[in-house]
Amino acid sequence: MSADLTRRTAAELSALLGAREVSSVEVTRAHLDRIAAVDADVHAFLHVSETALATAAEIDAARGDGAQLGELAGVPVAIKDVLTTRDMPSTAGSRILEGWIPPYDATPVARLRAAGLVPLGKTNMDEFAMGSSTEHSAYGPTRNPWDLERIPGGSGGGSAAAVAAFEAPIALGSDTGGSIRQPGAVTGTVGVKPTYGGVSRYGAIALASSLDQIGPVSRTVLDAALLHDVVGGHDPRDSTSLTDAWPSFAEAAREGALADSLRGVRVGVVRELDSPGFQAGVSQRFHETLELLAGAGAEIVEVSAPHFEYAVAAYYVILPAEASSNLAKFDSVRFGMRVTPPGGGTVEQVMAATREAGFGPEVKRRIILGTYALSAGYYDAYYGSAQQVRTLIQRDFAGAFAQADVLVSPSAPTTAFRIGEKVDDPLAMYLNDVTTIPANLAGIPGMSIPMGLAPEDGLPTGFQLMAPAHEDVRLYRIGATLERLLTERHGRILEQAPALG
Amino acid sequence: MSEITPDTVRHLAELARIALSEEEVERLTGELGAIVDSVAKVAEVATPDVPATSHPIPMANVFRADVPGATLTTEEALAGAPESAEGRFVVSAILGEEQ
Repeated sequence: MSADLTRRTAAELSALLGAREVSSVEVTRAHLDRIAAVDADVHAFLHVSETALATAAEIDAARGDGAQLGELAGVPVAIKDVLTTRDMPSTAGSRILEGWIPPYDATPVARLRAAGLVPLGKTNMDEFAMGSSTEHSAYGPTRNPWDLERIPGGSGGGSAAAVAAFEAPIALGSDTGGSIRQPGAVTGTVGVKPTYGGVSRYGAIALASSLDQIGPVSRTVLDAALLHDVVGGHDPRDSTSLTDAWPSFAEAAREGALADSLRGVRVGVVRELDSPGFQAGVSQRFHETLELLAGAGAEIVEVSAPHFEYAVAAYYVILPAEASSNLAKFDSVRFGMRVTPPGGGTVEQVMAATREAGFGPEVKRRIILGTYALSAGYYDAYYGSAQQVRTLIQRDFAGAFAQADVLVSPSAPTTAFRIGEKVDDPLAMYLNDVTTIPANLAGIPGMSIPMGLAPEDGLPTGFQLMAPAHEDVRLYRIGATLERLLTERHGRILEQAPALG
Repeated sequence: MSEITPDTVRHLAELARIALSEEEVERLTGELGAIVDSVAKVAEVATPDVPATSHPIPMANVFRADVPGATLTTEEALAGAPESAEGRFVVSAILGEEQ
């Protein structure tokens, strides 16, 4: 029974818990056992909660008392280490925050707790979410459950690997340029970047404030929707959080799974994101999926987004610029590490020594780059121009959405690459985000769904759906229908992963 | 080609308060040069008629009533500090000897 429970989706666990066929303690223990069995190999977690079983017992007791509980009450969840948790260290994968226990919970975490979910622990990530492989974590890389010599994507490789390895049914991630969707693609899981402002960022350790968004990581579209319903919605503590009255995404996913939601839907293939340079097996699965969509009644149209070729360049100006400002808070005064130079020094020298010792190479690279992009004499040429490119990309999206209800592309240009393959070549690493970055620049929602294994290497590939801002519900409805068609075609992808442990 | 020199990197590191080693300065000079050359293409399409977008979703400034809410206690606020005393953060001297 215990091993079976880790194979269940969050929706299935919710039904079992609601029918009192299993307890949250049993479900939580099954996942903790799984973590103990496989995480030495996968290294998805930076910290495993010591209070998860006690939390689960409280939920069981409340259920026993007949309390009104949320749908996911008693279901375990993993939390990306970018979110603050008052009972667990929150490091964002950085040495500079090693051991820091924040005095408050991030709003998405507080909402998980209020809904009765059971936090299992904190998941590994590239330091301050800077990376596409989780190799830039100060605490060592996470490994892809499909092949331990390969990367699980990044920056949220820990959350994706935890869900793919059945260490957690669902997890929270953050997506600044693809950090939820690209790990989803390369691990065979589902990941959603909501509309910018759809989920509160209060307590999310900021990378680039005009791009960052918190979202769900799961094995099914419905599970992502259930988690999104719990954490989403306006938060007065985040002044960029939207005041929309969001519909139930779970309801949309359930409708989509049953209905033929694709009939008459215009699916726009972004020509610039259907590149001949992508891995052959990725392109093959992408075009097969388009045929599935057409077979289900969707109208496939080609759309053009001519400025997307400037997106990666604009992103790698805007992101470092904003990051260099956001990371100024790590000053050795209020929290985190302090390193005093030999013989002492002024507060400024202590700060510089601390940041030298506490930040890894990619973080230093981006802070220096961002400082350059914002410095007098270069501001207009770089940051100013990049913000203009952002307008052009938004216009491209507006034109494309005039012709299509959703836009689609491969979620990532390749399957998981080998650990070490790109870590010393920052430009090659940056280009890996070409498919996911445009959505962040425009603030629109995006979802990655597994679309089968690439024939040449047997590794997962991901299909990206994008919708106009505020239309996240469209992703869940259409995504659930597509997921059903893809599962009929390929079976459940994660059931085909090699055994761990 | 970009104009990133070791001196540029040293100056940026000073602005960013990171005490880079000489080895790091050397490596970053090459890496930043390549990255800057690559991102400079943003200027190709940024013609004067294109407005800048700083924020993906149009938003207005947000105000709230000036009413104290639940806040951290002094102990909570200081709990993560490397050094504190008498309810305050402790730092080393602000000014050096020559200042």
